[in-house]
Amino acid sequence: MTVAQNTTPASDGTARPSIQTSNFSRWRVPLSILALCVLPWILPSQALAVNVLIYGLVAVGYNLLFGYTGLLSFGHAAFFGVGAYVTGIAIGAFGMHWFVAMVTGVLAAGVLAIVMGALAIRTRGIYFSMVTLALSQLVYYTALQASSWTGGENGLRGFTVSTLNFAGLSVDFLNPITKYYAIMVVVALALWFVSRVLNSPFGAVIEAIRENETRARACGYNVERAKLLSFVLSGLLCGLAGTLSAMHLSIVPLDSLHYHTSGLIVMMTLLGGAGSFFGPFVGALAFLSMEDIFSLWTSHWQIIVGIIFILFVLYLPKGIWGTFVSWRAGR
Amino acid sequence: MAMLELDGLNGWYGASHVLHNVSFSVEQGEIVALVGRNGAGKTSIIRSIMGLMPRTTGTVRFDGKNIEAMKAHQRYAMGLAYVPEERRIVRGLTVLENLQLGLVADRKVIDEARAIEEIAQSFPRLQERLNQEGVTMSGGEQQMLAIARAMIARPKMILLDEPSEGIMPVLVEEMGALFRRLREQGTTLLLVEQNVEWALNLADRAVIVDQGEVVYRSDAATLLADKDIQERYCAV
Amino acid sequence: MTTPIMSVTDIGKHFGGLVALKGITADFREGQITAIIGPNGAGKSTFFNILSGALKPSTGTLKFRGTDMAGVAQHDYVHRGIARSYQITNIFPNLSVLENVRVAAQAFRSRFNIWTDRGTLHDVEERAQRTLVSVGLSAKSDTLAKFLAHGQQRALEIAISLVAEPALLLLDEPTAGMGPEETREMVTLIEKLAAERTILLVEHKMKMILGLSDRVLVLHHGQLLADGTPKEIQANAEVRRVYLGQNDGYA
Repeated sequence: MTVAQNTTPASDGTARPSIQTSNFSRWRVPLSILALCVLPWILPSQALAVNVLIYGLVAVGYNLLFGYTGLLSFGHAAFFGVGAYVTGIAIGAFGMHWFVAMVTGVLAAGVLAIVMGALAIRTRGIYFSMVTLALSQLVYYTALQASSWTGGENGLRGFTVSTLNFAGLSVDFLNPITKYYAIMVVVALALWFVSRVLNSPFGAVIEAIRENETRARACGYNVERAKLLSFVLSGLLCGLAGTLSAMHLSIVPLDSLHYHTSGLIVMMTLLGGAGSFFGPFVGALAFLSMEDIFSLWTSHWQIIVGIIFILFVLYLPKGIWGTFVSWRAGR
Repeated sequence: MAMLELDGLNGWYGASHVLHNVSFSVEQGEIVALVGRNGAGKTSIIRSIMGLMPRTTGTVRFDGKNIEAMKAHQRYAMGLAYVPEERRIVRGLTVLENLQLGLVADRKVIDEARAIEEIAQSFPRLQERLNQEGVTMSGGEQQMLAIARAMIARPKMILLDEPSEGIMPVLVEEMGALFRRLREQGTTLLLVEQNVEWALNLADRAVIVDQGEVVYRSDAATLLADKDIQERYCAV
Repeated sequence: MTTPIMSVTDIGKHFGGLVALKGITADFREGQITAIIGPNGAGKSTFFNILSGALKPSTGTLKFRGTDMAGVAQHDYVHRGIARSYQITNIFPNLSVLENVRVAAQAFRSRFNIWTDRGTLHDVEERAQRTLVSVGLSAKSDTLAKFLAHGQQRALEIAISLVAEPALLLLDEPTAGMGPEETREMVTLIEKLAAERTILLVEHKMKMILGLSDRVLVLHHGQLLADGTPKEIQANAEVRRVYLGQNDGYA
């Protein structure tokens, strides 16, 4: 029987996952995939839908560390960006096959996560957040300086993936619909992976660490090593999202590595709800949809979204999805 | 004259109705022990008297005045002090500064130096540690500081929630002696205690609370002798 | 004489200039209940922290079943058989009561497995259920730990260290905040536990200690003031002066 998450308020009012069984949660992966399948038909454009997939994955990957392990990182753009840049460089400069390039990008993000994690995990609380922020800015400035590799301020260009050849199948990556479903397959697999991690013994360990780190240690868990593993898994997932972003856009903007992007990831996660598996995805969907719609009305759409975000944090701290789940549970 | 009178006090935490028609009084210069099981409502009663419950109805009269509508700090200014179960020694402040807090919150003008000196006489252990950070002291010493802080503005009445909890025996004895001295000086005390024997040996009268209701009132000696009642409501 | 289960030799601990413990030497025999008493600030918590691996001693050695624990990391202590409960309730608030204990039990089975469904670890769950029954919390399995009443939280606190099935159990003021009835229940539980393991207990309630303990250690200003049977300790003039008062500790 799979154990699964419903949201519960923590002492600061925000949501934390808690172990309760429910039929809905058992089927969270198939239901999520179902929702993703119909997404391009609901949203105004396929481009938006692809963005939702990519940023949804970033947010879900980030939430493994934030909502589930309890570590607030302000540096996750580094993994997203490195995944994107390495993939782009692998395809553009080295002519690698797209799949190999993706794997390389993900692994690069993983290696970076090991390094950043090993440094950051020595610290706690606000210091942890500051260290992740500082380290990711280091990555940003490195990319800025290494412009012969990265294109500096102009971003990385000159690589395009037009067809995906995989196991005898040929997918037209330029067609918006087939591109969407191709990316969706990867994201679906990633979501399945996250679900497995959350249901695993390790999933219980990180929650215990979030709830009470010293007691978890006294219970026999190597807390530092567990945090590092969570950090790396989170980095790998965000790196994967980065590779997808690179392949989707055929450019990698320098901004992918900036702390604005890190902040965006945190915002999306909180907006949807850090207390559940699917919440962050909903947050990404909500944020990107609002951007899409409001930017038609005004170039100051960020103010509107910002106000909405503040209202949520004040009045619905569980986030969109978290509040919905609570309401359904009749609380 | 009754220093404190509760009449028909009802209290709620959100939708949870935890106090039901609580009525009793405490005469001036008395020590009254409020006893009962864990979760019986003793702390809720104290919090209601001090104005710290989210919602109450009923009358609370202190020193002849109705105080139900008053905020906690206004009640303190009237001479009602409170020593909570968790002590709440302020981090980052020294013993001296914690004591000064007791004076700052008060509205009367008191000669600070003299007040500190007087308190130090009653609490030699604190005298030795005036410049030490409050939270670095032992639990028992923090309890003494919390009591001293409540006493420093010379309140008419002190509410104490489980003062002896977790405190070593010799300090509990000192505390008992201190409370007796306070009573001699005319200060009124209302004590919530799970250490029933100690409380009853100290108090003049006792009130038993069970499931948010007052179920028994008597003088302390009678209750101390009545093992049945003690067994029923305090599970001694 | 058989090897004592825990043996401390000349244990000392200082924090900067502050000496918290000095020259503590004692052997703890298997199967006994030993109470550690003393004024707050006497070093009892520090001593417990050292015995449970949360702190390393500045001087001296700690041997568990004859093995020097110097190089052992804190998270390994429980795997060796030493578990500890805390004076201030230290549970996992947003996890259910069952999960609080299950995750503690899981540490002996699987820590880094990211793939299999932990619902298949039936033995872990059963072990947790059994422990909940022994502390009387099985009816509250699905309640979130933070919603438990104080006394129940104390029971959960003990359950988390109990599920480790430790050979040596360190209980730090297990009856903190409890009234007479709950204290009696805790005493019964401790007596039951003592049949199968060695227990070290910090407490202030002298009546409880007297009935329960085989031996009492008195700490004062970080040093061992007295070590003997409960009766001997009660009669000790110095102990009476600094800790028990004139009423044998009954206040």
